[in-house]
Amino acid sequence: MAEPVPVLECRNLSVSYFTRAGAIPAVVDFNLKLMPGEAHGIVGESGCGKSTVALAIMNYMGKNGAITGGEILFEGRDMRTMTQEELRRLRGSQIAMVYQEPMASLNPSMRIAEQLAEVPLYHEGVTRSEALARAERMLAQVRLPDPQRIMNSYPHQISGGQQQRVVIAMALLSKPKLLLLDEPTTALDVTVEAGIVELIKEISATFGTSLIYISHNLGLILETCNRLTVMYSGEAVEAGDIRTVFNTMRHPYTRGLFNSIPLPGADKNARPLVAIRGQLPLPHARPEGCYFGPRCDHFLAGTCDRRPLPMVPVEPGSSHNVRCARFRDIDWERAKPKPIERAPVTAGGIVLNVEDLTKHYTVESGALLIKAKKTVKANEKITFRAREAETVAIVGESGCGKSTFAKVLMGLENATGGKIGLGELDLANLPVQRRDESTISRLQMIFQNPFDTLNPSHTVGAQIARVIKKFGVERDPRKIEERLYQLLDIVKLPREFAKRRPRQLSGGQKQRVGIARAFAGDPKIVIADEPVSALDVSVQAAVTGLLMDIQRENRTTLLFISHDLSVVRYLADRVVVMYLGQIMEKGTTEQIFSPPYHPYTEALLSAVPIADTNVKKRKIVLQGELPSPSNPPKGCPFSTRCPYVMKGICDTAPPPQREFAPRHVIACHLDEATLLAMKPVITIEPATIEPQTA
Amino acid sequence: MLKLIGSRLLQMLLIMAVVSLVIFAIFDSDKFKKQIAVAELGGFAVSALSDQDYQAWLDRKGLNVPFYDRYFKWVAGVARGDLGRSYEKSEPVSQLLAKRLINTGMLAFWVFALMVPLSLTLGIIAGMKEGSVRDRAVSFIAVLTTSLPEIATAIVLTVILALGLRWVPANSAMVNGWDWRQLILPVLTLVLYDFGYVARMTRASMAEVMTSQYIRTAVLKGLPYRRVILRHALRNALIAPFTIIVLQLNWILSGVVVVEVFFQYAGFGQLLLDAALFGDVYVIQAATLVAVFIAVLSQIISDIGYTLLNPRIRFS
Repeated sequence: MAEPVPVLECRNLSVSYFTRAGAIPAVVDFNLKLMPGEAHGIVGESGCGKSTVALAIMNYMGKNGAITGGEILFEGRDMRTMTQEELRRLRGSQIAMVYQEPMASLNPSMRIAEQLAEVPLYHEGVTRSEALARAERMLAQVRLPDPQRIMNSYPHQISGGQQQRVVIAMALLSKPKLLLLDEPTTALDVTVEAGIVELIKEISATFGTSLIYISHNLGLILETCNRLTVMYSGEAVEAGDIRTVFNTMRHPYTRGLFNSIPLPGADKNARPLVAIRGQLPLPHARPEGCYFGPRCDHFLAGTCDRRPLPMVPVEPGSSHNVRCARFRDIDWERAKPKPIERAPVTAGGIVLNVEDLTKHYTVESGALLIKAKKTVKANEKITFRAREAETVAIVGESGCGKSTFAKVLMGLENATGGKIGLGELDLANLPVQRRDESTISRLQMIFQNPFDTLNPSHTVGAQIARVIKKFGVERDPRKIEERLYQLLDIVKLPREFAKRRPRQLSGGQKQRVGIARAFAGDPKIVIADEPVSALDVSVQAAVTGLLMDIQRENRTTLLFISHDLSVVRYLADRVVVMYLGQIMEKGTTEQIFSPPYHPYTEALLSAVPIADTNVKKRKIVLQGELPSPSNPPKGCPFSTRCPYVMKGICDTAPPPQREFAPRHVIACHLDEATLLAMKPVITIEPATIEPQTA
Repeated sequence: MLKLIGSRLLQMLLIMAVVSLVIFAIFDSDKFKKQIAVAELGGFAVSALSDQDYQAWLDRKGLNVPFYDRYFKWVAGVARGDLGRSYEKSEPVSQLLAKRLINTGMLAFWVFALMVPLSLTLGIIAGMKEGSVRDRAVSFIAVLTTSLPEIATAIVLTVILALGLRWVPANSAMVNGWDWRQLILPVLTLVLYDFGYVARMTRASMAEVMTSQYIRTAVLKGLPYRRVILRHALRNALIAPFTIIVLQLNWILSGVVVVEVFFQYAGFGQLLLDAALFGDVYVIQAATLVAVFIAVLSQIISDIGYTLLNPRIRFS
């Protein structure tokens, strides 16, 4: 029998961008063979060249990008020799792509119908009515409710999840042989992401489409792909069957990546994460030999830094390839990094007491004479307490009110009702302008995006020193400088960084400055609003580790706002789960991650992809989209998407709050027996645990 | 939409009331009254006039009542459609204004008819491929023509086309009745001056659209390049220049004084200048009302056009 022709084959592909500074190689010596119906994942951190691979396959690299070596074969034909017209006929009909940001990828001034119908119109020359009919059928196939309405909408009139389904429908209209997905769910909420991932899996099963799935998220790749390529700094460093790579990884970078993501077994005290030291080299400053060398624990001078390394099979004839000069020398069992165990911290007295906190916004619409008023209930009766040295995580998807809560706490907004007790003080209606310095310095914040929160025209040192001075920690200039250096030491930045400006720092370094700034005034409580979600995986571990060390040292209370349940499970002591401005469930991390669950918590847990082949999950995929906070459902806010919904009860009355264990509260109408009978969402299958991890 | 237009018109009336009142107050000073007298009777006659005779002259002209009285009378007149009489030209203001507006309208029409297609086409062609030879050529010409002041362009064109080649007359006063050839130089001057600005705006807008992700989507959908440009890029690229073009309406009405005076073209700008120098308050008032009206009208047009071009605005 003849061997089937691969759908796509990249042979020694190299891509460079040409800039004033010369040619910058973005992808070097990349190989990939994709068989019909196969799904291949490409994983790596930002700047590793994974998106460039996708655009090179599409032959769309902009003015200054070009393929400098190797070849790309689509069904055996070299794409580099194709004319523009041949390429055009291939794009969109044989190879289609789905992009990271659905809103930006759709034309804002064309109706969805028009944008979809174009594909069959131009590729298959069907009639207009036939094209429109096909578009509508495809919208139904990607599980969009009411395709007729979507067809007549403009992109901004539908939600992000729906937009991405439209983009997927557009990609599938001509039944392509190959579908490229470039971070298709990164911009979406977890529960919406779960739905899209489910859809992608269905598609490859029903249409037999081959997939290339690009992501930074190892868990997602595990859920969707058969094979995997790990990229680092423009090179593939490890490639192979997904389970082989996950279970017996043979490249130090892959190993480092897995050690720095919070998997269910990790624990901040007993088994903390191990970050990869150093940072990604800039494309024009890559080291000789192995690009990972300077960050690698197994680096051996003379072996690793000589000549460019080839990809070699792990076993002769195996499809598991690795680009490492020493993978045979490393004892992969013994070389496991030893995490430094830390003693658990005991929480102290209550420092923050939030009671029935409510924040409503009034939105006025209409002009001049007639005004319509609408109330957005951003926070509704939020009640919880935080103790000294405790980490309380506030979890929820977009629109759940977690950022509003942070604003009220910081005094940027006044509460509509309820109180926030900080010691004797009620902060609920005390705007930041009226708070005294000691109150402000007791309550500090670390922001989500380190790129925008530092003033670009001041040095790092000046920005931190200003905080020290403002809060009256020190007054003497010499003492201030001393304290500044001390802070830089704490966040593990070299002292010379004090003289640098933010643009000279990497993302992780900026976030360290943000942390130093927040801790400059010896705060009692620090609110961290998604402090690591903008950072790369390997940097995330270092920054969270640092944050926890400082917290442990100062016995600070940390309010950790996040949408990422893996991180939350890893570092939180207590968790508050919010949905559309209300608390659905709260309790210790242990209680939240095991039954009884609130149905929303259950769905949330199931939606989070986990990069561990030993973990088995119960699949709960929520239907529909997040309702708008300005028009929340009556009764329980979750009733429109809840799989357990009881018509006539859940959608009419607000759910009762019941305590299942001391301080474990669930707000749900379901009777106690149903809740208590819930099975765990995540189980670690003991049978497949390898001896090495035991 | 109707609500928007209504509120804009209400704003317009308010602006008109305030502006006209201010103008009346300014032109009420003795200096301006004297200026009118000098212009009408001659400087020598006025200085020979006794105080009593001067007062009598003011009485006859209706100038010695308090300005608010005159203002209210004028407002009542305007409400009836009577804009008063010009002191300088002894002609009803409405007739005078109508003639001049028609002339300027003619000028504006031809400027727009040439400038808009020219600058949009060149701007789009330049923006399609940023950094290409075509782009650099268009950008260079655009900067060149815009940086030359109108008066310089007018002189250069007159010297070459009228005095040198003798293709067109240098003067546009049209003393012997309407002559389209006399319109060529003013139109050309304005088109040259204005085209660069609009073309550069269009180019910038188009260049930005071409780098957007939805254009990438359209290309990677396998659409022909023509379709990508005409259907996907064009409409989005026109949103920004559209507003600019409509605002040129304003400029062409009151900002072309230089060109009208230079070519002695009997247009609205020239009328306004004459009236201001003379202190011809009723003409100034009427001209101001027209200017305010055109300004608000162009605002409304640009608002409506904007919502039609940009569906994101339409529904929110």
